[in-house]
Amino acid sequence: MTTRALPAECPLEDSPAQKLSRRSWMRVMLGAIAGSCAAVLYPVFRYLTPPQDFSVSAAEALAASVGELAPNSGKTFRFGSRPALLVRLATGEYRSMSAVCTHLGCTVQYRPDAKQIWCACHNGCYDLNGKNVSGPPPRGLDNYDVQVRGQDIYVIRKQAA
Amino acid sequence: MNRVMRVHTWIDERLDFEDLLTPLCTKRVPLHRHSAWYLLGGITLFLFLVQVCTGILLLLYYRPTPSEAFESVQSITYHVHFGWLIRSVHSWSANVMVLCAFGHMFSVAFARAYRRPRELTWITGVFLLFLVLGFGFSGYLLPWNMRAFFATKVGTEVAGQLPVIGHSIMVLMRGGEDVSGATLTRFFGLHVVILPALAAGMVITHLWLVQKFGTSVPTSVEAHWDVNPTERKEMRFFPNFFLRELMCWYLVLGSLICLAVFFPWELGTKADPFAPAPPGIKPEWYFLAQFQTLKLIPSHIFFIDGEVLGILGFGFGAALLLALPFIESGLGDRGRRTVRIGILIALVYLAVMSVVGYVAK
Repeated sequence: MTTRALPAECPLEDSPAQKLSRRSWMRVMLGAIAGSCAAVLYPVFRYLTPPQDFSVSAAEALAASVGELAPNSGKTFRFGSRPALLVRLATGEYRSMSAVCTHLGCTVQYRPDAKQIWCACHNGCYDLNGKNVSGPPPRGLDNYDVQVRGQDIYVIRKQAA
Repeated sequence: MNRVMRVHTWIDERLDFEDLLTPLCTKRVPLHRHSAWYLLGGITLFLFLVQVCTGILLLLYYRPTPSEAFESVQSITYHVHFGWLIRSVHSWSANVMVLCAFGHMFSVAFARAYRRPRELTWITGVFLLFLVLGFGFSGYLLPWNMRAFFATKVGTEVAGQLPVIGHSIMVLMRGGEDVSGATLTRFFGLHVVILPALAAGMVITHLWLVQKFGTSVPTSVEAHWDVNPTERKEMRFFPNFFLRELMCWYLVLGSLICLAVFFPWELGTKADPFAPAPPGIKPEWYFLAQFQTLKLIPSHIFFIDGEVLGILGFGFGAALLLALPFIESGLGDRGRRTVRIGILIALVYLAVMSVVGYVAK
């Protein structure tokens, strides 16, 4: 077996300026590994986070038609991607609010016997203005405006002041 | 040498698997008045295997989309040959597995089998219990019925209440702001790929640790044996204990089939994301205690929302459970007794709240 001599311009030992200590080499390598992991994991993490759902915040929705709801009854309907509640009071007046319970997100319903809005999941109760009155809900329901246009009843999200 | 022996020798020459089986033959199981509790871990393992087999069979017909999930489970139940049996066995086995996993955990806790050197066996066991609960939670959304829909809505909202990271976790679990078809596909992936892979690795680690450290003896029995060494009794694991375990597995399988035949698992009504939660809606029995706790906590305690406090409490309980061997290791006899009373109180609390949750309207 023959060995090849190193050319003179390629010394065996690095000059002090070029010398890379074991510690700094490890540091560079760990940095490179961490960088590679981040480069792989970041797109995966972003992929797992779903894109923004713009339908959540629809401005208005058709809730019902005039005459569909008897006095002292309620109806849940789709408002954007969330359920909302339309209530016709015994006086004939319409009220509307979010149907998503502020406790843990179940869908609430109108109880004609108690004249209250009730969540069946954890027994939370709200009055007809959407204010939490008993049970675990920490806040009231978001209220919406109701507009009757011809034979249709529209519910409109209140504009932030 | 017959053909079977020749195959055996051929494999053994290459893999040396006689060495792998030797520990099973030399393993001994202590015999005392609490020995029956040793069977529970094996029964839980058997139920996990039943889940894997029936789960694979259900996968052949199940379709994980909001428009087809409920219909496909309906078709499995009413049209596929023995589909009703496979589905009911899967559901019953899941519930019995949770029961056995809890039973195994409490028996280990009361026997203080987690003490040195078995701390890691305990930790892997607690992680397996969390995985079993994860299987339950992700599995019951899959039929896409009303109960499943609202249980998932509440369960993911619970995660969303965690301070700082809660909302991101909720969106990650749901695949959006709300429970939808995206949640169904995520839970399906979790239930049939991610959790089984994690559980398989954890089961292997747990069994390896059980094998490595041998079977623990309760402290009271150990103390008695130390005084009376002649009363120490053991049984060979293979075949003696193994055959007893096998008999239990056979009885459990028979019971599962009876339950599936006489009490078939209900299907409910298809989920409607815009319908109100039906009156009397409740989660599965193993989440009833948490459900009832969340129902009873007032809306605000000082300046914190009640549900946030409840959820932090559950997290604290889970952390205490994991850290049990380390909490106990530095304590004297009196401290250990306090820990045991604490475990008993936890058990009574879970049982009472589950019963109250079950009977409450």
